[in-house]
Amino acid sequence: MALSMGPAEKVIKISGLRTRFGETIIHDNLDLDISRGEVVALVGGSGSGKTTLVRAVIMLLKPAAGSIKLFGEEIVGIGDGPAFRLRRRFGMLFQQGALFGSLTVRENVAVPLREHTRLPARRIAEIADLKIALAGLPADAGNKLPRELSGGMLKRAALARALALDPALLFLDEPTSGLDPVSAGAFDELVVQLKESLGLTVVMVTHDLDSLWHATDRVAFLGEKRVIGYAPMAELVTAEHPLIRAYFEGPRGRAARGQICTAK
Amino acid sequence: MMASTSIPLASGDSAAIRRDQGRYRCEGRWTLAGIETLDAQLQGMPWATGTLQLDGSGIQAIDTTGALQLLNLVAALERDGRRVQLVGLHEEHRELLELVRERRAAAGEPPPTTPPRNRLERLGRWVWHHLRRGGDFLAFVGEAALALGQLIVHPRRFRWRALFGNVETAGIHALPIVALLAFMMGVVIAYQGGRQLEFYGANIFIVELVSLTMLRELAPLITAIIVAGRTGSSYTAQIGTMQVTEEVDALRTIGIPPMNLLVLPKLLALVVALPLLTLFADALSVFGGMVMAQIMLDVSYGDFLDRFPQVVTLTSFLIGIGKAPVFAAIIALVGCYQGFQVRGGADSVGRQTTVSVVQSIFLVIATDAVFSVMLGSVGLWR
Repeated sequence: MALSMGPAEKVIKISGLRTRFGETIIHDNLDLDISRGEVVALVGGSGSGKTTLVRAVIMLLKPAAGSIKLFGEEIVGIGDGPAFRLRRRFGMLFQQGALFGSLTVRENVAVPLREHTRLPARRIAEIADLKIALAGLPADAGNKLPRELSGGMLKRAALARALALDPALLFLDEPTSGLDPVSAGAFDELVVQLKESLGLTVVMVTHDLDSLWHATDRVAFLGEKRVIGYAPMAELVTAEHPLIRAYFEGPRGRAARGQICTAK
Repeated sequence: MMASTSIPLASGDSAAIRRDQGRYRCEGRWTLAGIETLDAQLQGMPWATGTLQLDGSGIQAIDTTGALQLLNLVAALERDGRRVQLVGLHEEHRELLELVRERRAAAGEPPPTTPPRNRLERLGRWVWHHLRRGGDFLAFVGEAALALGQLIVHPRRFRWRALFGNVETAGIHALPIVALLAFMMGVVIAYQGGRQLEFYGANIFIVELVSLTMLRELAPLITAIIVAGRTGSSYTAQIGTMQVTEEVDALRTIGIPPMNLLVLPKLLALVVALPLLTLFADALSVFGGMVMAQIMLDVSYGDFLDRFPQVVTLTSFLIGIGKAPVFAAIIALVGCYQGFQVRGGADSVGRQTTVSVVQSIFLVIATDAVFSVMLGSVGLWR
């Protein structure tokens, strides 16, 4: 794995990216670098292409132009074999969970393990149970079907599956949306813990201002089809760009910042 | 003490334990990829008794899976009555181990799995489940009838647009496939029967054979089966998906009974469309037989059409067409009912769609048999 990864190693390097759906251009000439061990959030108004950007990086969407390097490997025009090997190294938490409805939570977590390792079934079940515990679910959740879980538990189960292969890179699409404040806070804490103990790189799409303040190292603001601001949160909120100001200067933005300032 | 028992490191990602002067050194990469070889090593490991030291300073990398392995190893050794000291771990590795330990403790023990049920109990549950499903279906039919009754009282509430849309998709769009299959059925029946008739020199009786078989039995049945596969399944899939995405609940919340919007237009559309499709299938299948009669038996189109009204009574034709609305009601009601039975997600939609097609085809054929017996017993043979 990390054969030559220094601390400043770029896990993701996007340059000149252009994506589009039919005639609509989503990103144009977008550049973004994410270093190893960073927690980076993608923010921006609705329709600014946050999820689309993640989908392009995880090879679900073919860019129209530009280059995306994942762990130093170019993924635009990548072959099936290298793509399969790369997929082992990142996990994705989809917005709606995207758990397989016919499988129990434990079986869901075991799917990537069965696909990518040759471990015996007993060992896989054990690892799956660990991931379920890591995601903060009680042990009996493993035997349940996704439809028997509440929204918050579903998110955690989906996180457990994303963590199944101990990926070096984790993508989270709105991980805290639909969670109660306590669960959302616990989720943020978990992300930070995983980053610190595993050296995980995390890319998350979020609107949760508390997550932005508490869990991220840097925040990339998407607007006008590219990244218009990329800085730690405290710096980003002082940016002059009108889109960024409009985003953070609302009453909610102020409230979240106020809390931080009084806490410090 | 023996010389150090070493197990060679495999190339690439690999975890290992090496015995070294009474210490056990953990080495290599304790990662998901690395632990695959570990189980085999641990099998033949000569563990000392009493207190032993596990030295983690040689671990190059560890992830949660590796941490789990290490914790499991310690637990297994302690279960056998040894005391284990874990020493030399890097600070980050120790933190990770702590995280894993903490989270597993927080999750608690998995509940004991319920013992498998015995055969008798399973059979009982199966029968009970199906009886209840049967009762549910009857309740659904009753609800649909009530809604239909209300519709007659308040005809303004009816959703004509949905009705016409359904007639178009269930009826008009099915014309080509119905035409093709009915024509081929006519050809096949004429071909198979014609051989026998030719043998006896009774060529002209091909008219009776094809017309009666087709008009009375096969055309209604074939059409109903095509429609069950084509339209009944789509009803189930549509309502089932709406059930998954909570659209059905949204309708209820807005105050639109799903029965009125989703079921009645489909039911009535099919009751209108299926007899018309059957009529169409009648014509095409007789035409198929006619073509075959001309080619194989030298019965010209003229002769065929001359004899046709003499041998086919209006009753036979009406019996065939008359079955169609009944089949239509079965297909639409089963299709919609199974749609509402969807729970959960995509797999449930698939399962109920299968059930819907199988059940509606079964019920159509069973009903057809009942029709045959009933009509025969009142003497309507022709």
